[in-house]
Amino acid sequence: MRGLKGAFRADRAALIPYLTAGYPTLEGAREVAAAYVAAGADILEIGVPFSDPLADGPTIQDTTTRALRNGADLDYCLELAAGYAERVPVVLLVYYNNVFARGAERFLDEAAGAGVAGLVIPDLPADEAGEFRELAGARGVAMCPLVAPTSTDERIEHIGGIATGFVYCVSVAGVTGVREGLPPGAVELLRRVRRRVSVPVALGFGIGSVEAAVEASAEADGIIIGSRLMQLVGEGGAERAGGWLREVREALDGAKAGTR
Amino acid sequence: MRQRARPGYFGGFGGRFVPETLIHALEELEAAYERYRTDPEFVEELDALAKDFVGRPTPLMFAERLTRKWGGARVYLKREDLAHTGAHKINNTLGQILLADRMGKSRIIAETGAGQHGVATATVAALYGKECVVYMGEEDTRRQRLNVVRMQLLGAEVRPVKSGSRTLKDAVNETIRDWVANVEDTHYIIGSVVGPAPYPRMVRDFQTVIGREIEAQARERFGRDPDAIVACVGAGSNAIGAFHPFIGREGVRLIGVEAAGHGIGTGKHGASLAGGRLGVLHGAMSYVLQTEDGQIQEAHSVSAGLDYPAVGPEHAYLRDEGLAEYVSVTDEEALEAFTLLGRTEGILPALESAHAVSYAEKVAKELGPEANVVINLSGRGDKDVEVAAEALGAL
Repeated sequence: MRGLKGAFRADRAALIPYLTAGYPTLEGAREVAAAYVAAGADILEIGVPFSDPLADGPTIQDTTTRALRNGADLDYCLELAAGYAERVPVVLLVYYNNVFARGAERFLDEAAGAGVAGLVIPDLPADEAGEFRELAGARGVAMCPLVAPTSTDERIEHIGGIATGFVYCVSVAGVTGVREGLPPGAVELLRRVRRRVSVPVALGFGIGSVEAAVEASAEADGIIIGSRLMQLVGEGGAERAGGWLREVREALDGAKAGTR
Repeated sequence: MRQRARPGYFGGFGGRFVPETLIHALEELEAAYERYRTDPEFVEELDALAKDFVGRPTPLMFAERLTRKWGGARVYLKREDLAHTGAHKINNTLGQILLADRMGKSRIIAETGAGQHGVATATVAALYGKECVVYMGEEDTRRQRLNVVRMQLLGAEVRPVKSGSRTLKDAVNETIRDWVANVEDTHYIIGSVVGPAPYPRMVRDFQTVIGREIEAQARERFGRDPDAIVACVGAGSNAIGAFHPFIGREGVRLIGVEAAGHGIGTGKHGASLAGGRLGVLHGAMSYVLQTEDGQIQEAHSVSAGLDYPAVGPEHAYLRDEGLAEYVSVTDEEALEAFTLLGRTEGILPALESAHAVSYAEKVAKELGPEANVVINLSGRGDKDVEVAAEALGAL
């Protein structure tokens, strides 16, 4: 298993592409993951499909609905993760009911066994995470909690306190989805968060262009890209998504000297 | 994670399992609710509207012919069907619109299944001059066309939900997504005792007017508490409202009736307490209809209002603590009770409430003629006439 620490470097922003496990097909998702790694992903974020993903917009909802129809159950997702965890750190995005249904401890044992480095659980806010965080910590699985533009400074500090991987900074009050440019206020939020937490800070939700990724990389330790990539997979498969991700990688590398 | 007594929980049930973006709004809502629920002006305004706008108190009616027919306990009907807009839903929407108004929210959103809560929300939004958007599963907008038109006539926008199973649970998802994106100026009027804290407690408090009236009316009519109160449970707002003042009180049986649909064994039902497992849906830990992997399953009931794959966390608590009993009634039994009440008492109940009527027969016979049984008749049946006609034709 590769840990999250090594993925964040001082000289450039980590690139964190997202894929829905089981989309476009069970086999196709493996190709997507491979394409991401080949394009220079620093961390893979693998989404466990859930029937009721309330933090996600239509693009990712469509992929999870398709993935569930394809039969992407939790065992498949863990197996997919295990296939890449040796090469690149893997973070699972999973809704809490999928964790709870398996049993928190068993889920964590299996995730750790698959080499999963960290978890993003969008519907497990800091206040509900206490006990689970301890169980995860005991197994070396990092927690990557969300902060939002609506989080107060006190909450950001509290969330920073429970984060053991990175803090997932939500760029906009809204659900996942491709947006034009970087949402106003995202850079300011990043600054507000970075002043208050000691773990790396990654920005996600709505980063849909190379320009937005570069702009965000000036302040963020990591860039999470989901909906745009899932759109590209839908249009042209793993190859199209991987090609675009490589452009982002190059632009981020080019930007590093100037802005950071 | 169970058995922890903390705010927002009923025993091990409830909590606040939502994306971080909503936490601030929920804290704000909780603070506003704490501030206003005992505020004399707020209470006075709510009471005045309950009286003049809703028509409260609703009667507690002695069902003489039904009592004779069953030959058991004396049966009383709490007539929530006579409340404005035709169901108990208005008690909650009225309370929440007052709160939204004081919080300075200009926009109201809500989910609806059959459309009763949507209509009750559109009604109070009109009364307070708020913009109103109601999310409704595409499937339901077709099945309940009349309620769509009612909402539109009241000035609300109805947005059909095309995601997932296109029914109530998906409408809730979509309303939460809207709220996440518009949380600054928008209040979400949730329709039942579900969702993240403080909703289950707040909605319960607004519905407890039912139980308080039952208590006073029972004393007046027969000089003591009822021996049993029977109410239907989908997510459970009418039942919790009727039960609440009586919880833990000696000699009062509280009986919640879930939808058994085609039968619990068939998997096509809406009985989350009878057939669900502990899990998280729409922000709360409770009993949920789900697969082994934790994917939420579709509920089924002939009554759209009971067609929800989870149950309010306080009901989960009452069941597990033995403070209330929960049973279930099939589609067929509910339809029989629907017709029965129409023909014996001249009242067509909502198909939801017909579940309570159906089970009350057993309770009345068991308790015998000295006892008094109250059925919470949560809504009227006009909305169900087509569904009933179709189903009864097929029986």
